[in-house]
Amino acid sequence: MAGLIEQERYTCAIGALQTVVAIPRAVPILHSGPGCGVMIKGFFERAAGYAGGETAPCTNFSEKEVVFGGTDRLRNIIKNTYKVLDTDLQVVVTGCTAGIVGDDVASVTDEFLYEEDRPIVHVETSGFKSNNYVSHSAVVNAIIDQYVSRFEDDNPARSDKNLVNVIASIPYQDPFWKGNLKEYKRLLEGLGLKANILFGPHSGGVKEWQTIPKANFNVFISPWYGEPIVKNLERRYKQPYYSFGYMPIGANATTEFLNGVLAYALEQGAGIDEKKARAFIAEEEKAYYEELDNLATFLLEFRYGLPEYAHILHDAGYVTGLTRFLLHETGVIPKEQFIVDNIPNKYQEKIAETIKSFSGKREIPVYFDPDAGAMQDLIRGLEHKGRGLILGSGWDKELAKELDADFLSIACPSPYRIVLTTNYVGYTGGLRVIEDIYNTSLATYK
Amino acid sequence: MSKVNLDIPEVEIREIRLNSITGFQGTAKELVSQCSGCGKLKDKNRSFSQCLGCGTSNAACTLTLIQDAAIISHGPVGCSTCLHEFAFTYRVNAHLRQLEHPTQRKIFSTNLEEKDTIYGGGKKLDAAIREVFKRAKPKAIFVITTCAAGIIGDDVESVANNAEKELGIPVVAVFCEGFRSKMWTSGFDAGYHGIARKIIKPARQKRNIINVINFWGSDIFREWFGELGYEPNYITPFATVDSLSYSSEAALTVQACSTLGSYLGAALEQGFGVPEIRNSPPYGIAQTDRWFRELGQILGKEKEVEDLLARKKAEYMPKIEALREKLKGKTAYVTAGASHGHSLLALLKELGMEPQGAAIFHHDPKYDNEDERSDTLRHTVEDYGDVPNYNVCNKQEFELVNVLNRIKPDILLARHGGMTLWGAKLGIPSLLIGDEHFGMGYEGLVNYGERIAEALENDEFVKNLAKHSVNPYTKWWLEQEPYTFLGK
Repeated sequence: MAGLIEQERYTCAIGALQTVVAIPRAVPILHSGPGCGVMIKGFFERAAGYAGGETAPCTNFSEKEVVFGGTDRLRNIIKNTYKVLDTDLQVVVTGCTAGIVGDDVASVTDEFLYEEDRPIVHVETSGFKSNNYVSHSAVVNAIIDQYVSRFEDDNPARSDKNLVNVIASIPYQDPFWKGNLKEYKRLLEGLGLKANILFGPHSGGVKEWQTIPKANFNVFISPWYGEPIVKNLERRYKQPYYSFGYMPIGANATTEFLNGVLAYALEQGAGIDEKKARAFIAEEEKAYYEELDNLATFLLEFRYGLPEYAHILHDAGYVTGLTRFLLHETGVIPKEQFIVDNIPNKYQEKIAETIKSFSGKREIPVYFDPDAGAMQDLIRGLEHKGRGLILGSGWDKELAKELDADFLSIACPSPYRIVLTTNYVGYTGGLRVIEDIYNTSLATYK
Repeated sequence: MSKVNLDIPEVEIREIRLNSITGFQGTAKELVSQCSGCGKLKDKNRSFSQCLGCGTSNAACTLTLIQDAAIISHGPVGCSTCLHEFAFTYRVNAHLRQLEHPTQRKIFSTNLEEKDTIYGGGKKLDAAIREVFKRAKPKAIFVITTCAAGIIGDDVESVANNAEKELGIPVVAVFCEGFRSKMWTSGFDAGYHGIARKIIKPARQKRNIINVINFWGSDIFREWFGELGYEPNYITPFATVDSLSYSSEAALTVQACSTLGSYLGAALEQGFGVPEIRNSPPYGIAQTDRWFRELGQILGKEKEVEDLLARKKAEYMPKIEALREKLKGKTAYVTAGASHGHSLLALLKELGMEPQGAAIFHHDPKYDNEDERSDTLRHTVEDYGDVPNYNVCNKQEFELVNVLNRIKPDILLARHGGMTLWGAKLGIPSLLIGDEHFGMGYEGLVNYGERIAEALENDEFVKNLAKHSVNPYTKWWLEQEPYTFLGK
């Protein structure tokens, strides 16, 4: 698991500085060597946000700090950050250099926290410690433990029966995070709940974070990443969580997800008009199937060739969600699938079982390996009849060309595509996936 | 003393080798006059700083685009995650270099984890090199080092040398840990040092090729050199391990940017006897003439060069005159790396514009060839006069925002990503040209002038953006002197 990686599809622990960038008016302060911030921004592209990328303050460790430690420099940078940048929350993230030389970052941030009452948080994110799928949780938990906890008196635990925290997409690592989070919010509100989505322009910034304790329960949509967040919230605020193990894309999964949340919310005593909630789901489904109905003739009759089978290279949430969606709602056959997010062993079996459950007739082989270069070589050795489709990252565009397959860029890094507020989850997300896949195919006809 | 020593694994960083600095405030002329005699410049630190690039990225920048080599980043997975951008560049610019079927870039990470920082990553690297050899079948493997690998003290050189002996291809350790240098350009030197000590071979015979040390700009040198009976040998983007090996057989070496090519140009001359054009790159008429004449002299083609210059003059001067008329008196601000920034200032002056200042990322008081003729800033000042508000600023965006807010030039010219945004947010037309050859020669003045005129005319977008955009900088900061945190 821990060996060589070709074509990485995620980044190292300090990559979770993007988790901070995704909170409106928050700033990451990097206690790291030069290069870390720019490297991370380069991976995600168009990812500077309010004060990330070249705007983020950084100690830019030099030889001197490596030898003598960098805490004095950090103190200066933090002090001056308050003067130069207008922000609501500062999160100090550390790189390999600070981690190896063992700088005591907590004692520096504590000075600002206790003496100046600043909204400052620190979290260790040395690159070698983990990757950004893992450290996203560390960053969120650090903000909960060191910042949100200071507002607990005004926000008693579980005091709002209809409020939920949504723990789902990892900002920027999920290229559709903005759209997806907005869609989750819309869907949950459709049921009669209120949702803290915590990131992006449709969240309420740090004010919203302060209300995290008030939530009655949490909605956790992920195969594994983010689990330490819901566990932390369960311990801290006794909030239970509703868990859905992959991206709900299209009608089947979304309806199942919403029915599940609804039942859970009622069980937890939320004040919901069940009839209204069911009507909302029914209406969404109806609108979805009207589109699919209208499209069915095209899907069934287009005579000039459409993708017949697909390989997906993505994280476990997307591979699982899209496999189900393609099979049930488009008729494109998912062949071998590749889960490249370095998913810990203990979750692999469950994911494989879930994917198996999608079809009574078809075995869908699943490979777990972050070495995506090796996965590409594996694909090169496969043979399938018909027109292929590759759903992956920018790295896979060349592979698709080699194999004469259609290609849709849906994973990081994604230099060949711009994603703004598009969502892939929910009913509307499923329809958007259909648009994207078939527009890509149709664009090949000149 | 010679700055080039190809017998040692690591090249000295610029701060030590060239006395380069990243902090200065004054005018261009002051900086040039303080530089004379060299070694007298004192660097200043900042008590507030923002994220910089690092040597690893820049070493990768010189190595990733070699057609048949593989790159291993020896470090945590994050240290190579922006390299996919070079894979993109390689693919989309390949056609400019007549490369019809660009192959997939081979970029690997040893994926150092916590236990490796305790027990060492040498074994992991050794295994990685062998796996990459098997998988990618490269003609050479470059191992670029990272902060983590550097601090835990992995003996990358020995691992590379042992693998090289066994595998029979060059396995090159490139030392470019980010924390070693405040100048990410030190990464260029590290990459070139690796190429010079392990890839370039002694010449078999001289050939009619001219080395061009550059990035991935358009192929203008094919036409220029073609007229003189020579072909460009591009280094390093789109080169092959073989074409690099025999860059020793070139008649001479030229550079698109002295910041970029300083070290390799000197290494090729001192280590392999390939002369280097001393005069800085051909941006602006004065510099273009000097550069072409030196080229003619080294090749023994003085007459052909004079003919070529005369033809260029006849063809482009009327257009340049027209542009000067149009752009006269327009103000500008430049932000760029060192040498290319100086070239942009020359271009602006040549077009009759008034550069009101510059934020240049570092300053090399001299280059590796130790010849004053390579000093681009000196040429710019001597040819066109002083530039006020000349600051060496290490890509500190907060200073740029502050300066732009005060100076409000008619246009911002930038060379590096992340900077044009701040012009645009203030409603200033901002132009970034990626192709470093775009402004070269007489035709380059026309190219640049036309683009500047266009940008000045089409300012509706930036004006609208300025009306609606959010600025994270405090009011307090925008009222301070821009270099408040410098030297404190």
